[in-house]
Amino acid sequence: MSTVTNDIHHDEHHDHHDHKPSGIKRWLYTTNHKDIGTLYLWFAFIMFLIGGAMAMVIRAELFQPGLQIVDPNFFNQMTTVHGLIMVFGAVMPAFTGLANWMVPLMIGAPDMALPRMNNWSFWILPFAFLILLMSLFMEGGGPAFGWTFYAPLSTTYSNDTTALFVFSVHIMGASSIMGAINVIVTILNMRAPGMTFMKMPLFVWTWLITAFLLIAVMPVLAGAVTMVLTDKFFGTSFFDAAGGGDPVMFQHIFWFFGHPEVYIMILPAFGIVSQIVPTFSRKKLFGYSSMVYATASIALLSFIVWAHHMFTTGMPVGAELFFMFATMLISVPTGVKVFNWVATMWRGAISFEIPMMFSLAFIVLFTIGGLSGLMLAITPVDFQYHDTYFVVAHFHYVLVTGAVFSIMAATYYWLPKWTGKMFDITLAKWHFWCSLISVNLLFFPMHFVGLAGMPRRIPDYALQFADFNKWISLGGFAFGLSQLIFLALLIKACRKKGEPVSAQVWDGAEGLEWEVPSPAPYHTFETPPVVK
Amino acid sequence: MSHSRQAENKKVVIKLVAVVFGMFGFGFALVPLYDVFCAVTGINGKTSNEAAVYTNIEVDKSRLVTVEFITRTNTGMPWQFETQTRRVEVHPGEMYQVDFYAKNPTQRDIVGQAVPSVSPGTAAIYLNKTECFCFEQQPLKSGAETVMPMRFYVDPELPKNINFFTVQYTLYDVTSDAQEIAMNRG
Amino acid sequence: MGKIFTGFWGVMAFLVSFASFAASDPKPEQYQLNLRSGVTDISQQVYDLHMTIFWICVVIAIIVFGAMLWATIFHRKSRGVKPATFHESVKVEIAWTVVPFIILIGMAIPATKTLIAMEDVSAPDVSVIVTGSQWKWHYKYMDNEVEYYSVMATQPEQIANKLEKNINYLLEVDRPLVIPTNQKVRFLITSDDVIHSWWVPDFAVKKDANPGFINEAWARVEKPGIYRGQCAELCGKDHGFMPVVVIAKEPAEYAAWIEEQEELQRKAKEEEQKLLAMNMDMDELMTVGERVYNTTCAACHMPNGEGLPGVFPALKGSDIALNDMQKHIDVVVNGVSGTAMQAYAKQLSMKELAAVITYERNAWGNDTGELVQAKDVNAVLNGQ
Repeated sequence: MSTVTNDIHHDEHHDHHDHKPSGIKRWLYTTNHKDIGTLYLWFAFIMFLIGGAMAMVIRAELFQPGLQIVDPNFFNQMTTVHGLIMVFGAVMPAFTGLANWMVPLMIGAPDMALPRMNNWSFWILPFAFLILLMSLFMEGGGPAFGWTFYAPLSTTYSNDTTALFVFSVHIMGASSIMGAINVIVTILNMRAPGMTFMKMPLFVWTWLITAFLLIAVMPVLAGAVTMVLTDKFFGTSFFDAAGGGDPVMFQHIFWFFGHPEVYIMILPAFGIVSQIVPTFSRKKLFGYSSMVYATASIALLSFIVWAHHMFTTGMPVGAELFFMFATMLISVPTGVKVFNWVATMWRGAISFEIPMMFSLAFIVLFTIGGLSGLMLAITPVDFQYHDTYFVVAHFHYVLVTGAVFSIMAATYYWLPKWTGKMFDITLAKWHFWCSLISVNLLFFPMHFVGLAGMPRRIPDYALQFADFNKWISLGGFAFGLSQLIFLALLIKACRKKGEPVSAQVWDGAEGLEWEVPSPAPYHTFETPPVVK
Repeated sequence: MSHSRQAENKKVVIKLVAVVFGMFGFGFALVPLYDVFCAVTGINGKTSNEAAVYTNIEVDKSRLVTVEFITRTNTGMPWQFETQTRRVEVHPGEMYQVDFYAKNPTQRDIVGQAVPSVSPGTAAIYLNKTECFCFEQQPLKSGAETVMPMRFYVDPELPKNINFFTVQYTLYDVTSDAQEIAMNRG
Repeated sequence: MGKIFTGFWGVMAFLVSFASFAASDPKPEQYQLNLRSGVTDISQQVYDLHMTIFWICVVIAIIVFGAMLWATIFHRKSRGVKPATFHESVKVEIAWTVVPFIILIGMAIPATKTLIAMEDVSAPDVSVIVTGSQWKWHYKYMDNEVEYYSVMATQPEQIANKLEKNINYLLEVDRPLVIPTNQKVRFLITSDDVIHSWWVPDFAVKKDANPGFINEAWARVEKPGIYRGQCAELCGKDHGFMPVVVIAKEPAEYAAWIEEQEELQRKAKEEEQKLLAMNMDMDELMTVGERVYNTTCAACHMPNGEGLPGVFPALKGSDIALNDMQKHIDVVVNGVSGTAMQAYAKQLSMKELAAVITYERNAWGNDTGELVQAKDVNAVLNGQ
């Protein structure tokens, strides 16, 4: 798509006068996009393990009927904090980390546009999650009202640590907004000469659109938690019928944020897969411009479908029909993307390196999640699916085998560029196959128990769900353990073990990031490349 | 980084920050917007909390609509609260009155607030109340009782398929809020 | 107050009805894979729609995954293929935008039909007000003087794995809702505290119970039987323990049942008035009180009276249980607005209320030695 005309030696020349402070100070004060990207990625991975540990608690309790390990109140805290951590602590920071590392490299910029703000937006994140996790150990425990914190369960009927939850969400929101502003300014202003919009790699495109979604809806989330705070502590009644409010309004405001939020977590994944599939098919991405338009239309449609999360709240039939049709419509651009990936593979010369394996698994499993999403859009049957394990299965297929698999694919894809060494392929294969098998054992039977009538967010269940739940829990434990392989691999990679790699790393790879040496020097593109 | 680029960046940042504040405000603007949305579509069966004005509209004698009344007291509200008419058949366009009985059996003075809700929700916007105890907070002294009237007519535009709807009143104890308001005024 | 009744007769009547229906209670299927088609016309339509959409999705999946599989087998580098160079085709791209759109229209038509069929607002034959509260359902028949709470009947020992779990573990209640078959039954659904969701899969009815607002749903059940469901919206600690059980009876049987219930509830009220004058001694109050406490209060305040710190207050050594008795009665009888403390006036008889308050004032070292009698409760309730 693009070629660099200036010589790369220029960047290497800068290498020897990198004055980065050593030790902890380097990381605390860093304004370097690569350092911050690394921080984000490690933070996300640690959060992934913490959130995963909570999932293990949940699955251990659900291993068999009856209450064995935790009491229902703590169980609710686990489901709530697991959701919050995975959404705001793992998936979103991981994508931000990838954007930090890769967007400047892909558009030929020396760094992010706002490096100091970049430092800030990362370093407030650990405090947000420290506060959230701390609340678990305080009197009354942490938030126990689900990550969706529906009023009045989160207002009148919650405990006082809700204030900490609100504070923590505010910080997460501020961090995401700063990150998004940085991405937008970088992409709009810092592109190398000749890097027109329609030449930008898809990962950059999807992140640009994601960033716009973020600045549009994160403030709405901030508004929602502020209303929860004032309702609970300052006597307002936004969501209290007695004072003229309405609890259902909470859900409208929350999902006005919440639905674009789910696309925030999947659009960058589309971008990643659109980078990887062409590389290993040795063929250009099919329908580049339709991919861009599809991404934009998914983002726009995401603002008019929010109430499909609330079909059972009792909406007028006209509104239900509108939200059903709008939701079904989203499957058109999403379908275009899947078809384009398949068409990219079609008559290519495919090879199956680890990033490609994860991407192929992504396409298949995300499509399964997408199809169950289409089923959920159909209002009359949603009355049966709503708030059952069918929904749990759906969003874990799109978020775990979707977003998380894409993050793993991206990590494997760009890791040699970051470290300059090929990762341990044997460990990576183990990681892939163990994850793939266990994740399906974990989430596929959830469709069945959901259809059979098991509600979500329950600590104990009727006997007819027992057999499947045992399998689900076993799958869960196996998936959790599989991630330790990934941890081992990453530690090994960070210690720079392995075969050195070339600048291009993968023989089919194209783009500016493959034209700087491996490992990517601390400073790159200080003189912008010219893209033809 | 050159100065011109920094200036460029600053411009974009200012715009984006404006969008962020705008959307934060929009989150709160959703509150009144939601009320408008409800008034148009009848979500949650909310009725208008302002008195309707009855102008001489044509009464549709050919049509009979059943209106049902339910009363509930919420947790912490010790009043006895009952409707004196459980069901009434009305001609759209004609005025009717329904009375509600309330008694405060406790040793303390209590201020009550009734919240109406109509089902099916679509009917809510066709229920016009010219007078209702739910428009205001209702104070009752210890041991006192009262009969509270509600005067209404059903809009003749009520969709043809709806010939039956329910109006629910939930009574809340708002004494503490009412005291705060009184104190702030005093 | 006119809304109180003692539970004994009601429970007996239900035990009898349970016994006669146990035979038709379908056994839950292990490894059940799919939705149930249910027992109403609507639930059948929903099931058919679900299957239609499901098969369309399966076909789409087969085509997409088939193409992928084909490419991964035949277009792989190891076979020495040269990659093609095409990377766009307006025709193909238009085709796979338009074709899915047409499929969607094919899905939307039956979905819209079913949704409109669900929106039947004609006058019902029977109306029941369904009220959710933490963590039980309350049913009130609009046209009969019958109302009662429906609480999960599974013993705590089964949940704690100390007793063997029976076949309807977590899906059984002390008093199920009873409705007639082949009549339109309307459910008016609301809540006393947080949002709950009333769900009976066999009726394809799931509607949120929103505090302060009513929602409605309806069912015309074709087959007599016992139908089980659960609360479907996270509603706090015991969300997993508030099942819904509905018994559908032939109209004649239903009519007899409701008449019997009206009679029982009327009698219970009379009896209660008579009992007002009667005083109970400490032993009796404590025995009844302990039983009521464990079934009604222990979920939040815990069996040892210590509550859950920061969530539910302790009663052991608390100001309210040791001092002002009037206030104590007021809180139990009327609840506390804006908290999880419910009003128990409708849920318990005056005798039970008196007993449980006495128990709270004399258990776990709260040795006030004070007795509360039914007439004290009545005084707070009715202002006499």
